[in-house]
Amino acid sequence: MTESTQMKISLKILRFNPEQDKKSHYETFQLECEPTDRVLDLLEHVKGFIDGTLSFRRSCAHGVCGSDAMRINGRNYLACKVLVRDLNSNKITVEPLLGLQVIKDLIVDMEPFFENYRSVMPYLVNEDPLPPGERLQTQEQRERFDDTTKCILCAACTTSCPSFWANDRYVGPAAIVAAHRFIFDSRDQAAAERLRILNDQFGVYRCHTIFNCTVACPREIEITRAIGEVKTAIATGKLD
Amino acid sequence: MDTHQFDVVVIGAGGAGLMAALYASKTASTAVLSKLYPTRSHTGAAQGGVGAALGNVEEDHVDWHTFDTVKGSDYLGDQDAIEFMCNEAVQAVYELEHYGLPFSRTPDGKINQRPFGGHTNNVTGKPVPRACFAADRTGHMILQTLYQQCIKNKVRFYDEFQVLDLILSNGAAAGVVAVELATGEFHIFHAKAVIFATGGHGRIWEITSNAYAYTGDGPAIAWRRGLPLEDMEFFQFHPTGIYKLGILITEGVRGEGGILLNDKGERFMERYAPHVKDLASRDVTSRAMYTEMKEGRGIKGQRYLYLDVRPESVNKYAALDGRLRPDGTPYTVTGDEILAKLPDIIDFCRVYLGVDPISQPMPVQPTAHYTMGGIPTNKFGQVVIDAHSSPLPGLYSAGEVACVSVHGANRLGTNSLLDLIVFGKHAGLNAADFAHQASFQIMPKDAADFALNQMDKLRHNQGTEKLLELSQEMKAVMFDHVGIFRTADGMTQALDKVRELKERFNHVRVDDQGKIFNTNLMNTWEIGNLLDLAEVVAVCALNRTESRGGHARDDYSQRDDANWLKHTLAWNRDGKVEIGYKPVVITKYQPKVRTY
Repeated sequence: MTESTQMKISLKILRFNPEQDKKSHYETFQLECEPTDRVLDLLEHVKGFIDGTLSFRRSCAHGVCGSDAMRINGRNYLACKVLVRDLNSNKITVEPLLGLQVIKDLIVDMEPFFENYRSVMPYLVNEDPLPPGERLQTQEQRERFDDTTKCILCAACTTSCPSFWANDRYVGPAAIVAAHRFIFDSRDQAAAERLRILNDQFGVYRCHTIFNCTVACPREIEITRAIGEVKTAIATGKLD
Repeated sequence: MDTHQFDVVVIGAGGAGLMAALYASKTASTAVLSKLYPTRSHTGAAQGGVGAALGNVEEDHVDWHTFDTVKGSDYLGDQDAIEFMCNEAVQAVYELEHYGLPFSRTPDGKINQRPFGGHTNNVTGKPVPRACFAADRTGHMILQTLYQQCIKNKVRFYDEFQVLDLILSNGAAAGVVAVELATGEFHIFHAKAVIFATGGHGRIWEITSNAYAYTGDGPAIAWRRGLPLEDMEFFQFHPTGIYKLGILITEGVRGEGGILLNDKGERFMERYAPHVKDLASRDVTSRAMYTEMKEGRGIKGQRYLYLDVRPESVNKYAALDGRLRPDGTPYTVTGDEILAKLPDIIDFCRVYLGVDPISQPMPVQPTAHYTMGGIPTNKFGQVVIDAHSSPLPGLYSAGEVACVSVHGANRLGTNSLLDLIVFGKHAGLNAADFAHQASFQIMPKDAADFALNQMDKLRHNQGTEKLLELSQEMKAVMFDHVGIFRTADGMTQALDKVRELKERFNHVRVDDQGKIFNTNLMNTWEIGNLLDLAEVVAVCALNRTESRGGHARDDYSQRDDANWLKHTLAWNRDGKVEIGYKPVVITKYQPKVRTY
């Protein structure tokens, strides 16, 4: 509803083309934009009008598909969920996520991330005979794991974690969030097995409560708290 | 070039593709090819609910759901398929719950349900809570749950593989050609059965709720291979997109008691739909909004209106309507309850508009949302290719890309998620059954040539046209003239423009000449798909001289059952659009005047 209030932005992007470059380098673009533009809009503008080779993933453009997690002014965001005005600066630096191998420009290899996700049994396990209708669950039981159902697997948390940077065999915050979502679901029967997996040397104890993940999460999941609840469950053998 | 062999190949990994893969992989070797990581699929953006007559909150019946869907379709839906879908709905939703989907719950622990546009108690005519929901993240939960089940069942995924072509051999499906984005290498997938579940093409229009990925790849490929497309003139504009951005604001807001207001603070839907008011079906509501704005009652004279879900407004209008809770007490809400039921849309408004819907109304305008037309199928998910609905052996389709047709001229809210799970499942089951008794078709030696040549030509186009400019021009003209209201003049103008853009498309320069993650080349191919489909949409819309559902013409403002109670089929004849028809299946609901 605001009238046009164009501003000048200096957009610095860490580039890498594996077919041409030996190492990555920064390239800076001078743009005019609205304060309400998304950083993704700036990237689209560069790709559409200045340099078609700029490469990044995107799809929904409103923060629900998780394609465009990247480092923006030194912090992980979804490029579609951060507006220029939110950054309080007319200098914007965009870099690929840390801790995953860069394939090209802002595109990183997500496969190790999904491998960690798959390792924690991220699916409901319930061997009881199926009722004809729905299984019942109280509103309180449903609320118990609500926060961790929101995860969109964008990897912003895991790739902001210094413990993951130090050792990429650490399953990482996103995988623990996925495990938490089932461990605390009253309908699930495999909590003990997931807790055993996360009690491993590359499991929850790699988390040193640095809180980067919680800050980075575009879905505002209280990730460090969820990891803490999993640690407590391992220590006490109880789910509450 | 690598060649892979599977009984069943599924293209697309949204709700329909994952459901198909889950079922096909139980008995047949199955691969899923998706241009996105599966969890990036657009199913995840669906918010408000999945329709099924569970009757958990109020009395409801499968027959009511069926009739509402037939009426919502403006009688263009095929009634055998609608009966099938609404019958299957109840078990399909229970099945999602069994898979682990975290539905919101009623106080007695059942799946919670909310009212949605066009879903009614067929006795009283009042809105009925039929949308089974998980807050305003129902699509996200469906997508995540189905992906989780695919992991559990070790479904084989080829992530970030863009399918470019369908191979037909002896009049049957033989497989597909795909490019692996990470390497630029081509692959042939030789299959007994192919299932297209590639989603819609809402990126044709300027203001859209649709993801960048929604470029109609499936129908564009089928079109080039000589298969017909059905009812392409029917496209849904959702009433409530965020002003200018088009981001979806779920109809669930109005289900929870939100109302639409014009610049005079008037609840204008009372004039357009006296019985269900703000919960009229989407075509009716979008047209009402457009009319309000055209007559100068947009907010501050601009092209938006207010969607108001502030507790004091909800409570005021609920009292005026006499709305009650299931226990018979007056319906009231608090800010916290709104926040708990609609957390994501509140977040969107705060992030993108700086507006807090608990204390301020949301600026909204209609936004391009859903493809009713597409690749013709029957209720078994088989692709059918003529006026007699003859199946093409081995080819299946499900979800938004398919036209069964259960949505006819206008889809009811919550029926898209239902369509995905019901027809995804049956396409998967039937494709696997087919594969058990079929043998592989011979893969032609030159199978990949068409796709290779197509990419080669795009890569080496000479000229200075910019892809983004072309797509912006297409979106603007299609939104203005093949949008909510249409006239022969406007559509002719749009068609001329689209044809000009198709010519200019031959001169788009592709900057990126590399192989690895060449998104520049892929985006160019995608815009080519949208341009081809935009022409088909405009031709079919111009051809249909009546108003029905989502196709509303100023110059033919009435529904014309005598001449137009029939589906459109469009074929590609040497680059020209040729039109034919097929009858609508009517079982027990004869067409009636449609009012809400």
